[in-house]
Amino acid sequence: MARVAFTANLQRHLSCPVQNALGQTVRAVLDHVFASHPRLRSYILDDQDRVRRHVAIYVNGDRVTDRDRLTDPVGADDEVFVFQALSGG
Amino acid sequence: MNDRLLVGTRKGLFELRRTRGAWSIAGTSFLGDPISMLLPDPRDGMLYVAQALGHFGVKLQRSRDNGSTWQEVPAPAFPKSEADGPSLSYIFCLETGGADQPGWVWCGAIPGALFLSKDHGESWSLNESLWNVPERKEWMGGGFDQAGVASICVDPRNSDHVTVGVSTGGVWMTEDGGANWRASADGMYAEYYPPPRNLAPEVQDVHRLVQCPSAPDTMWVQHHNGVFRSTDGARSWQEISTIRPAKFGFAVAAHPKDPDTAWFVPGVKDECRIPVDARLAVARTRDGARSFEVLTDGLPQSHAYDLVYRHGLAVDETGACLAMGSTTGHLYASDNAGNNWSLVAGHLPPISCVRFG
Repeated sequence: MARVAFTANLQRHLSCPVQNALGQTVRAVLDHVFASHPRLRSYILDDQDRVRRHVAIYVNGDRVTDRDRLTDPVGADDEVFVFQALSGG
Repeated sequence: MNDRLLVGTRKGLFELRRTRGAWSIAGTSFLGDPISMLLPDPRDGMLYVAQALGHFGVKLQRSRDNGSTWQEVPAPAFPKSEADGPSLSYIFCLETGGADQPGWVWCGAIPGALFLSKDHGESWSLNESLWNVPERKEWMGGGFDQAGVASICVDPRNSDHVTVGVSTGGVWMTEDGGANWRASADGMYAEYYPPPRNLAPEVQDVHRLVQCPSAPDTMWVQHHNGVFRSTDGARSWQEISTIRPAKFGFAVAAHPKDPDTAWFVPGVKDECRIPVDARLAVARTRDGARSFEVLTDGLPQSHAYDLVYRHGLAVDETGACLAMGSTTGHLYASDNAGNNWSLVAGHLPPISCVRFG
């Protein structure tokens, strides 16, 4: 199972501890997480299930490229990181 | 008189209470988070707050105990579509349904859409009929990247009669609860559009639309390039040329009982969005716009650069108490219909919305 971690800034809004999730794509891994943390979905994805504009997802050290369909592959021992992109003031 | 004032800002929600005639900050919620809109529902005591989280999207919070505790409820969302579909980017306004519609809440959004909840915000549905009007392709952003529904007026006489203001997209009216909509901006014109398209209802930039609750056929609009009034329920509009010191602005408030009284907060012009001569002023008419008074007592009259946004001016149910919050984080209040003002708080974050209740 992949290990999924979230930016600490999300903890201000809702609980999202590091967790292990099944799946071979970013979409599948996140869907697995959302199944047990349904509120988290709308913080990461927009109404059309795309990655929010100011959210960035990395698999190991690589930034996810398919932000619309989330087809980037995830290996069983990979680490998925969900960060906030820098914005605002 | 209402003794609670709620203020939504770029960095949190502020609750003010009035004791012995003086307002003071009694509580805060969501410090650090941008608040785009708030709605105290007098029908059931519910309080709704819309957050525009920079990274994590629009969120909707609800309190049943006057803000002591909050529960996140689902924000309105667009239906899933095949490709390049819309996503909610901002809650621009929230209004209650009619007195005969307990739990109903309307939501105006960016991109320009109207949502309705019939269950206290537990679930929302897009008003497909308004979303699908052909003229929507002419709507465009007014201060934001996309058009927004900034105003919703539910007729107290008939809850199925709803009028909305779109910035930029005109005035739209339904008389059957949202099943059918028609443009209702006759008489408005757009200086920023070439003729003859400048008269098209769907290009009108309606910064703010308000309705006199006791005389709902009287409506007021602060438009991008002027001020307009209707006395026939938005079927026709007349420009008000008596407004001073300027015709540009965002906010307007309608007197709850007197259809001849309204307040505006003018700025120089669209390309210079500051008070005229850097003196903050409120324009008030009490004679149906035949004339305006420029109210300045208690407001800064030197190097004041406050801008009051669309929802930054509020009047209570008596028509005597006003509150006004600005982009520079100043909150002003008046207890005599605007004759005199006092600074209530001077170091708040930029203020997006102010409401009594």
